[in-house]
Amino acid sequence: MSDLADIISRNEQQIRSEWIGDLHQTVQRSDLMSKAEMEEQCSALLSAVTEAVRSSGSEDVMTAGWRQTREYLEEISASRARQGFTATEVATFVLSLKRPLFSAIRRDMGKTQDKMFDTIWTATELLDRLALLTTDAYLAAREELISRQQQELLELSTPVVKLWEGILALPIIGTLDSARTQVVMENLLQTVVATNSKYAIIDITGVPTVDTLVAQHLLKTITAARLMGAECIISGVRPQIAQTIVHLGINLEDVTTRARLSDAFALALQMSGRTVVRQNASAAGSKVVLAGPLAKQEG
Amino acid sequence: MSETKRETLPLKNSNDVVLARQKVRQWATELRFTLVDQTKLVTAASELARNALDHGKGGSMTIEQVGAGGRVGLKLHFEDHGPGIPDVELALKDGFTTGSGMGLGLGGSKRLVNEFSIESAPGKGTRITVIRWK
Amino acid sequence: MERIPVLRMGTLLLITIQVDMHDKLALQLQDDVTSRIAEWGSTGVLIDISSLEIVDSFIGRMLANIAAMSRVLGAETIVVGMQPAVAITLVELGMSLPGVRTALSVEAGMELLYGAGAGFRTGSEHERDEA
Repeated sequence: MSDLADIISRNEQQIRSEWIGDLHQTVQRSDLMSKAEMEEQCSALLSAVTEAVRSSGSEDVMTAGWRQTREYLEEISASRARQGFTATEVATFVLSLKRPLFSAIRRDMGKTQDKMFDTIWTATELLDRLALLTTDAYLAAREELISRQQQELLELSTPVVKLWEGILALPIIGTLDSARTQVVMENLLQTVVATNSKYAIIDITGVPTVDTLVAQHLLKTITAARLMGAECIISGVRPQIAQTIVHLGINLEDVTTRARLSDAFALALQMSGRTVVRQNASAAGSKVVLAGPLAKQEG
Repeated sequence: MSETKRETLPLKNSNDVVLARQKVRQWATELRFTLVDQTKLVTAASELARNALDHGKGGSMTIEQVGAGGRVGLKLHFEDHGPGIPDVELALKDGFTTGSGMGLGLGGSKRLVNEFSIESAPGKGTRITVIRWK
Repeated sequence: MERIPVLRMGTLLLITIQVDMHDKLALQLQDDVTSRIAEWGSTGVLIDISSLEIVDSFIGRMLANIAAMSRVLGAETIVVGMQPAVAITLVELGMSLPGVRTALSVEAGMELLYGAGAGFRTGSEHERDEA
């Protein structure tokens, strides 16, 4: 297919300036990219394409001869994706090369209609393939960005708080799916080790629904903590949740639960052998101890 | 790590099981799997390698890097020419064991990986392939 | 032959597992622990697995065996220092280590075995002990 390569070479200057001219009219986005930068990309791409067509033909753009062009296209597509161009804008960059290229072909071969048609057809197929490559690269870049943001969001939304020496609290806000459970579990267990905390209170006030799946996820976390030598208390169990749990027949026999975080904290203090004492000058000798069936009353 | 993306190790004695673990760990570290994912994969490898040795009378493990469309993963293939497993479905159930112990069998290993396939029949040995994606 | 050292601290046996164990080493350890308990009359066994990055069903069985055998001989076993990744994997694997008590650290393990005050007390900045 050296016809195409020859035509591009002979008309390179004109093709390039027409292409850039068209782009200025349509997909400028001067807010995202400077004129000079865009023109530079056009030049680079055009010479890469010319070289590739000459050395490897235009049938198969996945061959070795096209590697440099492909890599360059992937690179500029990914960078435009990150900059905020739309997928259409990215593909149009390549597709708008058609008009100047077809004009050149017509100028060159206008007298031989069959030959001209064949060459135009070859050229259009080639540019379509290249445009689709840019779309793939664009999508891949967007997906990577999204998954990275998701990960950061997951990590930010599950802080572990130290309530007291050896007692941690983990307030969960939002739904608890399996991806989130992984992050929550890892975060909690690492903090347990780092702070040497035997008690971890998992507060689910902010969890909208608890079904069997969510319960499973919570149980996994509790089991893992237990394996390490720490104990979990679930707090923030709303009345509706309690009802749902019973109706679904979820077995929480081995799990300690409390309605309120404060109750769970009091329990953890107790389990770790602590008493809270109020010092009051006017009521010397009186102590306030933890309320609850197992607490002692002293006076 | 060498240029080739596949490596085979023999599983002939209990030391080989340790070596297999370390090799999988090495590959997983190079591919930058997260710590938890690494631990799961290496543990699964340990279970399956041990199975090939204890029940399969020895065999081999092949590690291969796999990837399709931007995804990267590690594929482990275990092969032995032992007596084979008569009832694969039963073996995959938790609690099943032919020897003493906690009887996790293959069901446990299956949960540690993303893809799991097994081929076995009496007298035909066992072939197990697992993949963990990054 | 290499073996995992079993240290004696009074009535306590302290074992730190730092190597990737193969079968013989694990069996040797089981033997050593039971022998020492009988020889020294130990009442507590502390196994530190904080260096273990992998606990598969074989190691799990070994730990459970040591706990069971020690109990028959009158000693209590605590496994300490399990890494988070290991705990998460064990849960996924479905292994519960029945009969094995665990603690976060050697100090916590000693408190479990011998009661409060047995280990080193880590003071809290917010509280003081009552006289």
